[in-house]
Amino acid sequence: MSEFLQQLINGLPLGAIYALIALGYTMVYGVLRFINFAHSDVFMVGAFSGFYLARMFSYQSFALGLAILFCAMAICAALGIIIERFAYRPLRGRSTLTVLITAIGVSLLLQNSGQLIFGANPKSFPKLFVQKNFALPGHLVISSNQLAVFVIAIALLFTLRYIVLRTKVGTAMRALSFNAVAASLVGINIDGVISFTFGLGSALAGAGGILYALNYPSIDPLMGTLPGLKAFVAAVLGGVGNIPGAALGGMVLGVVETFVGGTGWSTYRDAIAFAVLILILLFKPAGLLGKLQVEKV
Amino acid sequence: MLVLGAILICCGCSKEPGGGSGSAADRIKAGEYASLTGKEAAFGQSSHKGTALAIDEVNLAGGVLGKKIELITEDNQTKAGESATIVRKLISRDHVVAVLGEVATGRSLEAAPICQANKTPMISPSSTNPKVTEQGDYIFRVCFTDPFQGKLLSDFSLKTLKLQKVAIISDVASPYSVGLAQYFKEPFVAAGGIIVAEQKFSSGDKDFNAQLTAIKAVNPDGIFVPCYYTEAGLIALQARQLGITVPMLGGDGWEAPELIQIGGEALKNTYYSTHFSSVKETPEVQKFVKAYRAKYNGETPDSMAALGYDSALVLVDAIRRAGTTEGAKLRDAIAQTDFVGATGRTKLNAQRDAPKAAVIITVENGKFKFLQDVLP
Repeated sequence: MSEFLQQLINGLPLGAIYALIALGYTMVYGVLRFINFAHSDVFMVGAFSGFYLARMFSYQSFALGLAILFCAMAICAALGIIIERFAYRPLRGRSTLTVLITAIGVSLLLQNSGQLIFGANPKSFPKLFVQKNFALPGHLVISSNQLAVFVIAIALLFTLRYIVLRTKVGTAMRALSFNAVAASLVGINIDGVISFTFGLGSALAGAGGILYALNYPSIDPLMGTLPGLKAFVAAVLGGVGNIPGAALGGMVLGVVETFVGGTGWSTYRDAIAFAVLILILLFKPAGLLGKLQVEKV
Repeated sequence: MLVLGAILICCGCSKEPGGGSGSAADRIKAGEYASLTGKEAAFGQSSHKGTALAIDEVNLAGGVLGKKIELITEDNQTKAGESATIVRKLISRDHVVAVLGEVATGRSLEAAPICQANKTPMISPSSTNPKVTEQGDYIFRVCFTDPFQGKLLSDFSLKTLKLQKVAIISDVASPYSVGLAQYFKEPFVAAGGIIVAEQKFSSGDKDFNAQLTAIKAVNPDGIFVPCYYTEAGLIALQARQLGITVPMLGGDGWEAPELIQIGGEALKNTYYSTHFSSVKETPEVQKFVKAYRAKYNGETPDSMAALGYDSALVLVDAIRRAGTTEGAKLRDAIAQTDFVGATGRTKLNAQRDAPKAAVIITVENGKFKFLQDVLP
């Protein structure tokens, strides 16, 4: 039982990070109906922003750690907005395939510029917060990093929920995802809302990058590929385009992966995690929380 | 577009090695492939620095057979598949007389069949898995092999650290890791030790909490971690976070400054075996350490640098004895190597391996510390 709970403690922070990245995929899909493959590299830029920001200071404190987190999120938000403005906006109205290929191109551009600018060698990520281990009853251990990841991720998820449901721009985002033409007819600035969506999603990816690097402090320019793929799967699992679904999908994937890893089957960890995805999609083709939409011809 | 292409091609021509000054006839070309960038860049960089130092020294002393040696180095970016491509290029386009490389067993295994098929001798500085030299009679190494390393780590665990129940966590995607795990397990079990858990992961994984939690549940006396330094550092870190305080052991794949950068304080109570320690007092070691520091801004060489250095000197020594760079004769000369270098005496045996002493290193206060020698 204690091992089961410990694995749950291990899996939830990982799932929370997947959830943060998955939200970016799902929000962009919601408004533009395409998968932004460059998203996983924005995640990488987040981790590297944190790395270089932290190097500018010789001391560590809780406030500084949070400040670095928010700065990195802002850098990623700016990057997301720039990518959308220069790579995707000129292609708006073209076929989804064109945009999809462009997204893959942007992803490769970011990875290779990363190798050029940051260097291709892994770097060790500094400790942003003081690290401590907390012993819980029943031989359970939780590290301050795991706790921080979980708390920050949940806080960001609720902030996002507030933005989407309670603010004007959130309402505009939802309107856009229902019907772009109708939204523009009622006076919504479509370009502005799309920029905002990219900024928001990228900021979450940036936060995910820092939280990931805190827990696994070896970062390199290709670090985004695998977590990005997992997060994409998480978004599909939860029902792509559905925000609570992406969060749930991330958690489910993180926990399943950790439980499989703890059995003697750890070699097949990813295989089993993806097999679970296939099974769920067989029974719920729109994902856990997604609704099937009939395409009108 | 055409004009641009033409300009690019011209630029490419002028950069061809040997195309500018001096014709190919007064040079001997030696190839080197290494992981200069990517996940295991520390290995490739160290090994390359050692090799380059040796070639510089030889050229300063007048070269060999009256010719200078030109080292052509290619980077495989730590990627699977790249080594095969660049070694083919070294052999067919650059016409190198021999190939030096690699540190990691997996990448040496990619290049070895190509060198064997082209009858171009290959000398691996520090691939320890027996399979590497089993690829054919043109493949050599200047280091010890994993059966020796596994046995010495098993003896060290049982006798010095008094570990009875050991858990193993190994990398299924790395032939080095799979091999070393096996070569540790066999003598350990034969001598009465118990393997309480065997967990696996795949190169590039960063989350080991799941496997380590399962290991923690069976309460081992120690953990054997046969993998490369990036994963080893992360495993140590996550194990200590989970409250696992038992000793951890590894092989020569641990040796890189990045291990300490990643693992930090978590590496307390860890041990690994490797090929070389810069604190040894023999004249060859001290001469090498001095020359290395002079060339690379005071940096202290590690095992990969020392073996890279020795691999190049073994090749030069064989060219000198063979009196030619022709493949078959050079091969025979390398096979008869008996040479004293930075890592001690390199005397190749019938399997084209070099039985040598190993050293055991521990980590104390964030620094590597020499613990003891182990003779073959």
